[in-house]
Amino acid sequence: MSRNTVLRASSALALCIVAASATAQDTITIATVNNGDMIRMQGLTEVFNEAHPDITVEWVTLEENVLRQNVTTDIAQGGGQYDVITIGTYEVPIWGERGWLLSLNDLGDDYNIDDLLPAIRGGLTVDGNLYASPFYGESSMVMYRTDLMEAAGLEMPDAPSWEFIREAAIAMTDREAGVYGVCLRGKPGWGENMAFLTAMSNSFGARWFDEDWTPQFDSEAWSDTLTFYLDLLEQAGPPGAANNGFNENLALFQQGNCGMWIDATVAASFVTNPDDSEVADSIGFALAPDNGLGPRGNWLWAWSLAVPASSDAPEAAMTFIEWATGPGYAEIVADREGWANVPPGTRTSLYENPAYLEAAPFAQMTLDSILSADPTSPTVDPVPYTGVQFVAIPEFAGLATEVGQIFSSALAGQMSAEDALAQAQDLATEEMDAAGY
Amino acid sequence: MARAMPTQRRVAYTALAWIIALLIFFPILWTILTSFKTEAVAIADPPVFLNFEWTLENYRIVQERSDYMRYLWNSIAIALGSTALGLIIAVPAAWSMAFVPGKRTKDILLWMLSTKMLPAVGVLYPIRLILIELGLLDTKFALIFILTLINLPIIVWMLYTYFREIPGEILEAARMDGAGLRAEILYVLTPMAIPGIASTVLLNIILAWNEAFWTLTLTTVNAAPLTAFIASYSSPEGLFYAKLSAASTMAIAPILIMGWFSQKQLVRGLTFGAVK
Repeated sequence: MSRNTVLRASSALALCIVAASATAQDTITIATVNNGDMIRMQGLTEVFNEAHPDITVEWVTLEENVLRQNVTTDIAQGGGQYDVITIGTYEVPIWGERGWLLSLNDLGDDYNIDDLLPAIRGGLTVDGNLYASPFYGESSMVMYRTDLMEAAGLEMPDAPSWEFIREAAIAMTDREAGVYGVCLRGKPGWGENMAFLTAMSNSFGARWFDEDWTPQFDSEAWSDTLTFYLDLLEQAGPPGAANNGFNENLALFQQGNCGMWIDATVAASFVTNPDDSEVADSIGFALAPDNGLGPRGNWLWAWSLAVPASSDAPEAAMTFIEWATGPGYAEIVADREGWANVPPGTRTSLYENPAYLEAAPFAQMTLDSILSADPTSPTVDPVPYTGVQFVAIPEFAGLATEVGQIFSSALAGQMSAEDALAQAQDLATEEMDAAGY
Repeated sequence: MARAMPTQRRVAYTALAWIIALLIFFPILWTILTSFKTEAVAIADPPVFLNFEWTLENYRIVQERSDYMRYLWNSIAIALGSTALGLIIAVPAAWSMAFVPGKRTKDILLWMLSTKMLPAVGVLYPIRLILIELGLLDTKFALIFILTLINLPIIVWMLYTYFREIPGEILEAARMDGAGLRAEILYVLTPMAIPGIASTVLLNIILAWNEAFWTLTLTTVNAAPLTAFIASYSSPEGLFYAKLSAASTMAIAPILIMGWFSQKQLVRGLTFGAVK
């Protein structure tokens, strides 16, 4: 073979390689949960591909706990299975601090980072780095039946107290008709009953730990919280409340079995949807209750998109996040499915949009609820942690799930509030000691 | 001669068997019925049994959202692959334990069974790390290999039990007629143990089809089987029971149909040697 032939062959090969790399297709795998807004995003993949034909998107939809377990394992081991992950406000500060997530500070001008709601942005930022971009945000609020409230001769204030909730719940209860004054989470789990109870305890002046990380379940404030919760559900709650989580209470409320339901603001769009809800035309909203101590009993949560440090296509992943969580995405959803279906709770501009405010009657209360939660100062007394309905330390999920089981047993009548709190105190002390706090 | 069972007792036993069968089948029936309801009817209280407006909407949504055929193919490949690989290893192992037992055969059998008592999550991390190193994460090959290992003790035990029922004299006669080891296993032992092998195969396919821990933790897109398909329809916020039921019905349909057609073989195999 002559030298020229070799040279020509090499040049041709080099050209082929350059051409191939120029048209290289990035594939990103997105791990997400089965929520209405997430599924809608999945359905809009083709819109993303019209703008970015060089990025192929693969979706992995999993049950929330399986997703959390798989993503944690994958990131810890550097498996690189996922390029975009859906995570909550609890994980972001912990994973960001450990270097498991890539910073999203440079997402581009179109992203408009300053448009993010401050409370939500604060919960996803560690040392000035935004580690996840919020896809939808939520707080909790009171959803109530206006017809039952009227029949009880009461008027729901915009910002009720816990005492008013108790009074209204008892007045609305008609067990023979299958109507229970209030439905609350009782199913054990750190994201189930403990999300509600931790947020509620903030408004009673309780806290998980003092500034020295000493558990506080032996405090009077926790005793007041748990006793009030158990009494309220005993007097005006549905039977089997210890088994009820978000979905069970949603079903009860939609069928007209609950006078009030204190839960995630995202439920507002479900209970006002006449296709699924029998009481869609008689729903009112109010802020979560308080006790006049400052914090209200509402939480703050955002399902957000992040890029794990193990991703092998970080640029394509960030391009997707910029598209899915940028201000332009709301327009895409609104064009195709109406403003009421736009993911709520992440951007100020959405709540300044008259079309959205008109389509979503619960929008203002959702915004007020989100703005009234402060994850950096969630309690009456000072605490060494952040998080409203959780404590942003790795040990919390396991510990709170165990405490949730104890409190759920108390709700099921298997032990008194005093015994439950004593057990929780012992358990928390033991686990925190073992963890070296 | 066995005495005939009195008619009354026979009727009672038949009725009892039917009641037990219906009780066992009821959750599956309820899942199938729910898959034809709307989400609102699916959560109705009191529950609606048959008197509702039937809809195929959930199946349409599931078909539209998920690539069912890809999950199905992965399930078939993983279940059949792990069963075939398991049989190739288990038949010679069970033969040697049944017909040429050593001093430690019983200990080995018990040790094999004891590995089933190990919590799967205990070895999740090392297995994942090995697969990452080998570049086998999210591949059907990895799942076939791991499910083979997991189900191997059960396959060996079942085959061992069936082989023990076959008189050793028949194999001796074959050997006297000049059959080698390969011919003895392939042409004498295997045909006689067909009912046992068939039920072992069926049971192993069912176990591999339903396995959820490893299939959910070691796959993402390429090798995800029907267990991942079902898991994708569980929702933390929002009603999903009807769609989940439709997905579940689609996932269990192939194995239900297979079980229906092979029930005679399955029962024959499972009761093989029960009565002498």
